[in-house]
Amino acid sequence: MLNKVKVAVAIGTLSSLAAGVALSGTSAGASSSTNWSTVKSVSGTMGMSALVAAAKKEGHLNVITLPLQGWANYGVIMKDFTKKYGIKINDENPNGSSQDEITAVMNDKGRASAPDVLDVGTSYAVQNTNLLAPYKVQTWSEIPAGTKANNGAWFDDYGGYVSIGCDTAKIKVCPTSFADLAKPMYKNEVGINGDPTQASAAFSAVFAAALANGGSFNNIEPGIKFFANLNKIGNFVPGGSAATAVAGTTPILIWWDYLQNGIQANLKTWKVIIPTDANYAAYYTQAITADAPHPAAARLWEEYLYSTVGQNLFLQGYARPIELAAMTKAGTVNKNFLKLLPAAPKGVTKYPTLAQLTAAKATVAANWASEVGAAG
Amino acid sequence: MAFTTSLDTAPSLRGVEGRAVAKRPSRWHGLRSLVPVVPFLLYVGVVLGIPTFIIATLAFQTRTGHATWHNIQVITSGGQYLLGFETSLKLALVTAVIPGVLGTILAYAIAQSNHEAFKRVIASASGVLANFGGVNLAFMFVASLGPAGVATAWLSSLHLNPYNHGWTLYKFTGVAVVYMYFQVTLMVLVITPALNGLREQWREAAANLGASRWQYWRYVGVPVLLPPVLGSMFLLFGSGFSAYATAEALTGGTIALTPIQIGSILQGNVISGEENVGYALGFGMIVILLVSVVAYALLQRRSSRWLRS
Repeated sequence: MLNKVKVAVAIGTLSSLAAGVALSGTSAGASSSTNWSTVKSVSGTMGMSALVAAAKKEGHLNVITLPLQGWANYGVIMKDFTKKYGIKINDENPNGSSQDEITAVMNDKGRASAPDVLDVGTSYAVQNTNLLAPYKVQTWSEIPAGTKANNGAWFDDYGGYVSIGCDTAKIKVCPTSFADLAKPMYKNEVGINGDPTQASAAFSAVFAAALANGGSFNNIEPGIKFFANLNKIGNFVPGGSAATAVAGTTPILIWWDYLQNGIQANLKTWKVIIPTDANYAAYYTQAITADAPHPAAARLWEEYLYSTVGQNLFLQGYARPIELAAMTKAGTVNKNFLKLLPAAPKGVTKYPTLAQLTAAKATVAANWASEVGAAG
Repeated sequence: MAFTTSLDTAPSLRGVEGRAVAKRPSRWHGLRSLVPVVPFLLYVGVVLGIPTFIIATLAFQTRTGHATWHNIQVITSGGQYLLGFETSLKLALVTAVIPGVLGTILAYAIAQSNHEAFKRVIASASGVLANFGGVNLAFMFVASLGPAGVATAWLSSLHLNPYNHGWTLYKFTGVAVVYMYFQVTLMVLVITPALNGLREQWREAAANLGASRWQYWRYVGVPVLLPPVLGSMFLLFGSGFSAYATAEALTGGTIALTPIQIGSILQGNVISGEENVGYALGFGMIVILLVSVVAYALLQRRSSRWLRS
């Protein structure tokens, strides 16, 4: 409550200053009195240097649920950011989930430890725009339409394709499609990474399976049926993870292509294949929180992530950065990183709308345990 | 306890002395005897009372804080949430009764042993194993009794592959077996003090009076042990009803359990914006446990009456 009053007072005072600091929705000039929590973009070198100076003055950045190893290279990215700007990063709950992030934003409101920036599944950002501060990075136009909010409340960052990982030491002939996974030769060998009602990778595996089996973005049920059948014929192993892949209990694991490399690091014989019968991709989403205790550092973090350096660092972590197409065109993409990725599937990748995603999630939540659990 | 002691000894309640004078010290005395309990009450209030209150409140609210019955309707109108409660209750019952009986027998066998070192080793081991759960336990079973597990391979080489005989680790039976791993040892841990209270002299006295072994158990052993055994089983029920990480790691959500569903809603990466349904599920679990506590108390009273007669 107190904070809200303070902000209102601050805005009032600032807008009465006819100092030329344009607020409420436009670019900020270099002014020491800038209230960074309401800045919606910066322009030019002047704007950037003011942002860098203000962020350095804040000295800290609170991120949340960014894994320290593997996972889109976040460990390296955070180190590089700190090295470059001298801003210390506090990473709360590195292995947490999107819901953990939203809960933290709600519960830590007004505290110095509250998260400044989020990296969440898109639907979590869309349903919580009241918690977010709109901001458009300088490369905003290079983020494809449909993967960002019009007002800048959220914008996708990196993603990848549903892929099939396979241990060539245990599996003689690796499957190349969802149809292959149902072959008797893969008995007790096929896993997905976790529970589709909890892990977005597992949920996406079900969606991809639906596309491969006559389903659509409006109909995920064939995907559930597919896994129910896998369970019935004994191919499906529930509770798969990177650890079970390395241990050999799930020598075939369906997961994001950019996360399979974490298995490869421990298992040289691990191979990653993008299935021929399902082209399903998803991106994670960035956002700045409305009550960010370090508003300038938060904005600088986004500028950094969407710079060529930041985007190429995602790529180094095997994740496909959202500006990949524009960077490929402009020739700024790091080709050495790019060639390590499995080839993207042929044809245009399409994305479900949020309404389709929400409906599909409700279907999986309702039917996964009863249909897959009951089979077999 | 503190209450009854103070009431028993409070002079004013004996009703002879002048009231106005006697009342004062009694109230003071009563309050003072409460003092040692205050930290405990505070602790219970903070870690149990407040969260329960918050969950109960949020269960009847929308995301924006308006009052609603919607969440309760969602979880009681059939579908996966009712199935979750049903499966959770079944699992809790099975993993309370079977390990309750097995644990009691095991603990009795241990208590009868004269080997002190052996007893101590078992007690420490139970303490450790009863608290062994979660992902580690699930993984241990996957590595031993999973489809590619060591024990499975060994049995398979004897042409006894359990997967060819209807066994699977990833369904209800599998989860129940894994739960028993910590439930049996938990039972041993909590029932041993009661078994130690079963005095050797009673048996000798019964034998001297000509009681058969059966009569000894019917009139002495079981009546003495029944209340603590039921109480311990109730503890196991609570433990099995609320266990989460083990089942989730083992089954990947292919079994409908309320704790897993709460986890999906409040901790997941898939279902967004349903927090209050999650609180409603938590509230439902609290109600079920409260009902079981009351049922248990009634049962306890009934059984003690039966034992007296």
